[in-house]
Amino acid sequence: MTCEELVELVTAYLDGALDPETEQRFVEHLELCDGCEIYVEQIRRTAAEVGQVEPEDLSAETRDRLLEAFRSFPR
Amino acid sequence: MLLYRRHVGVVVPTDDVLVAGLRTGDEETFACLLNGWSGSMLRLARSFVSTTASAEEVVQDTWLAVFEGIGRFEGRSSLRTWVYRILVNIARKRATREQRTVPWTSLVPDHVPTVDPQRFRGPGDQYPGGWRAFPDRWPTTESEVLAHEVRSTVAAAVESLPIRQQVVLTLRDIDGYGAEDVCALLEISMVNQRVLLHRARATVRGRLERYFTGVDA
Ligand SMILES: [Zn+2]
Repeated sequence: MTCEELVELVTAYLDGALDPETEQRFVEHLELCDGCEIYVEQIRRTAAEVGQVEPEDLSAETRDRLLEAFRSFPR
Repeated sequence: MLLYRRHVGVVVPTDDVLVAGLRTGDEETFACLLNGWSGSMLRLARSFVSTTASAEEVVQDTWLAVFEGIGRFEGRSSLRTWVYRILVNIARKRATREQRTVPWTSLVPDHVPTVDPQRFRGPGDQYPGGWRAFPDRWPTTESEVLAHEVRSTVAAAVESLPIRQQVVLTLRDIDGYGAEDVCALLEISMVNQRVLLHRARATVRGRLERYFTGVDA
């Protein structure tokens, strides 16, 4: 497995979705290659940083309308 | 406009508490869900319909359907999954009306490298496919200022992704759903889910690399 091949398999690896043979080659490569070790760590870090971001929110009008609808909803 | 409303350390109530709150009309419960989930819902809706305004209406109609149906919620899935499924159904119907039925699967780019091939050694090299130069290590972001800048960089990168990548990335890395749940919700294959997620992460990683190293790679 080359570095160029490994970088395309990182998400599959992190999901535990590689077949056993490919996973073994992935792990073996990772143990010997600092570049790929750094890359995998950066993908992990990226996923963690993404987890800190809140996507765009509803407009204030929609939000207010929904709060009002919730308040007046017959129960 | 990007908002950061996710406060670290805020405890989200359990489904039992949330469902009870919705049923009895507890405004604090609803406001909490509105803050916590609307962004993801909007993004999810936007992947089916053609405009942001239309996506807002989908989110609105979803919540109205939730008020209507919460009495029948049986807890077979999590509350959030139940709400997201309602949203996907509403969004699909609306997309059909708007005649915007782009199948998710047809748009997955595959076999396009996620890392610039120039960064790897060519076929004539002693180590073909090996890094020409290893990626630089990134600093930790202990300072608040740096952490904030990183978050803005990531947020902008996510916003710039194709909408389907945004949705999968949001569901996986922000909402914390597993691969199988995402496939079921979006009715896409495992392979497509992974391709979308990996492309999304690789692009955001590239932006972070540019931010940290100042290299216009
Ligand atoms: Zn390598």
